[in-house]
Amino acid sequence: MLYVVIIFLWVSILLYLLLGGADFGAGITELFTSPKNRPQVRQTLYKAIGPIWEANHMWLIIAIVILLVGFPEIYSTMSTYLHIPLAIMLLGIIARGTAFAFRHYDAVVDDMQEVYNRIFAWSSFITPFFLGIIAGSSVSGQIDTEARDFLTSYIYSWLSWFTVAIGLFTVAICGFLAAVYLIGEAENPQERARFRKKAFVMNIAAVASGGLVFLAAYRQNIPLWEWTFGNATGIAAVIAATASLIILWYLMYQGRTMILRVLAGFQVSMILLAVTFSHFPNIVILKQGTLSLMDHAGHEKTIEALAMALLIGSVFILPALFYLMWSFQRSAMPHDSYDA
Amino acid sequence: MDDFIAARSQMALSLGFHIVFSCIGMVMPFFMAVAHYKWLKTKNIVYRNVTKAWSKGVAIFFATGAVSGTVLSFELGLLWPEFMKHAGPIFGMPFSLEGTAFFIEAIALGFFLYGWNRFNPWFHWFTGVVVGISGLASGILVVAANAWMNSPAGFDYVNGQYLNVDPIKAMFNDAWFSQALHMSIAAFVATGFAVAGVHALMILRGQNVEFHRKAFRIAAIFGTVAAVLQPLSGDISAKDVAKRQPAKFAAMEAHFHTEKPAAFTLGGIPDEKNKTVDYAIRIPYLLSFLANGDFHSEVTGLDKIPKEDQPPVAIVHYAFQIMIGLGVAMMLIAFIYFTAIWKKKEWLNTKWLLKLFVIATPMGFIAVEAGWTVTEVGRQPWIIHGVMRTADAVTPMPGIAYSFYIFTAVYISLAFIVSFMLYRQIRMVGKVYDVADNNEKTH
Repeated sequence: MLYVVIIFLWVSILLYLLLGGADFGAGITELFTSPKNRPQVRQTLYKAIGPIWEANHMWLIIAIVILLVGFPEIYSTMSTYLHIPLAIMLLGIIARGTAFAFRHYDAVVDDMQEVYNRIFAWSSFITPFFLGIIAGSSVSGQIDTEARDFLTSYIYSWLSWFTVAIGLFTVAICGFLAAVYLIGEAENPQERARFRKKAFVMNIAAVASGGLVFLAAYRQNIPLWEWTFGNATGIAAVIAATASLIILWYLMYQGRTMILRVLAGFQVSMILLAVTFSHFPNIVILKQGTLSLMDHAGHEKTIEALAMALLIGSVFILPALFYLMWSFQRSAMPHDSYDA
Repeated sequence: MDDFIAARSQMALSLGFHIVFSCIGMVMPFFMAVAHYKWLKTKNIVYRNVTKAWSKGVAIFFATGAVSGTVLSFELGLLWPEFMKHAGPIFGMPFSLEGTAFFIEAIALGFFLYGWNRFNPWFHWFTGVVVGISGLASGILVVAANAWMNSPAGFDYVNGQYLNVDPIKAMFNDAWFSQALHMSIAAFVATGFAVAGVHALMILRGQNVEFHRKAFRIAAIFGTVAAVLQPLSGDISAKDVAKRQPAKFAAMEAHFHTEKPAAFTLGGIPDEKNKTVDYAIRIPYLLSFLANGDFHSEVTGLDKIPKEDQPPVAIVHYAFQIMIGLGVAMMLIAFIYFTAIWKKKEWLNTKWLLKLFVIATPMGFIAVEAGWTVTEVGRQPWIIHGVMRTADAVTPMPGIAYSFYIFTAVYISLAFIVSFMLYRQIRMVGKVYDVADNNEKTH
């Protein structure tokens, strides 16, 4: 049963990255679009994420609930030492969620729109940046549970070149996902070209920040290279990710937008697999030892009940979610084979 | 500001903020479902307009409620890591189910808000009902988790260890039913009166009277029926609290001295030093009856509870009095409204009846906040009643005061923006939903 829970945890994190991440990416895309083109980008992304955007962010709640119920020590350690980045991320989530709803449901369209837009775009950048920092600091060995001073305990637990690079990498990945997804939502060839260009830029940014991550890991003696390339699964995942990226760019102009989306999603899943597989089941690496999903799980009965709740829950959630996405995808379908 | 007080204040602020949005989010879908049903049945365009106007409000409230709820799921750990480390696996069951309910609510809301003209009308209507049912289920589950803190169950506490954990028993603790019932009805009272009050004001102003009358009627019926039921569920809650948490019950009543039979203290200013309540009205025998269903029974006073286990008396007492006072006021308005519907139809067209509802607009939500103050402050000094003290659960990180200031600023600005947007929504009703205009472009 423990494995059921762990799989759910991993899948929720992955889906949050793929769906929630693309949502953030939509805001990031908007942030990096010239003011002249913004209204149209805004319209397209609203059409794309409007109906499912609330659902996309539920994966974070599922992941956090799994941690707090099933792995309480991991949850409480992270929330103690990563208090500050978590709080900033939460402020980002508040700002983004409300600004998105406000700008589409405000009955009067006036200068307030510009305020909501700014908040939405910037918080779309800040939130995944800090999510990346949190993810990075959970494995970088920076958390020092024996430190007695404020800076070591609560600032250097998350602030380093490595975590900042991962933050940037996360932002780039989100932007890349969004740009690729949005190609299929574009209304006309110019817009499609714009999203293609965005996807290209974000891809470059992801490669560059990914390089930074390795560089920072090297400087901070984090065995990232070994984690990624030190085992067969890691290498296979990296090869698969690279291959899917090459195919993606090869197919970019052929107009099969659904395949592009699947490839982009697959590529990101492989990256997540490569970086998580090798130090599994250690989900948090502290300065003093590790927190393992196997050794720090809650009581047996709790895990059983949690697994049952997740299984029963997914019987309701998955078909409904799939039907929701499919229903609102249909209108976009005719565009699928456009200017081949 | 002391870090411990700051942490408690931030938690109280976050809960106090979230509770308003979650009440609206779980009750409004039912109002919409009624209006939507009437539109589908009667094809009266006004009902469709009411449904659509409400759904825009709900979208704003749901989004705000969803993010403030997300914040809470993290804040439990950010502020109370020691509590979560032990309590998480015991009382987490309702949270994991709540995750599902909340997820379904979000999916159904996507269908409902964006589904106009896309689906079979009755499927579309049904998705709206699902929003309400899953919202209500989320609320009940979260309250069940809170009830566990008042009435810990499903584990043995031996030498500081939490053994024999049974998350199902923990979820169905002794307090879950009374608390969930009281909170669910409270959500209907508060939302019903708030919505009815706003529409009553618009009728009084003579703007889009037909629209607002139909909206008013739906909200008022829900609110008033719930207001009449609420004292009954309150009685169940009171008896339950008297039995399980005598300290909380004594604080609610500022009941300093154990009495047999005990008198009910109405209002007054508790003097914690001299153990008296000044300027209060005392009704003999009533407290014995409320606590135990027996006019001559003994009711434990604060004198039998060690000083270090007592909650702050004054706040709990005032909050309890406010809740009861407002509850009674809304119940009386409900009776007047029922009389108007059944016996005195002419009252329905009078201004004073509408004015009564306008005055009552904030009452339900003030009562909800007061009620939560009673539950939460009344549980102090415990975070898990009788097991763990709140002071032992707080995060070791210093400087929580700054976090409290920032979150306060954010929540206050959000409250302002939401009110501002609501004001604009209501003002636009005339333009967007004018009946004469809409008749041509019925879709």
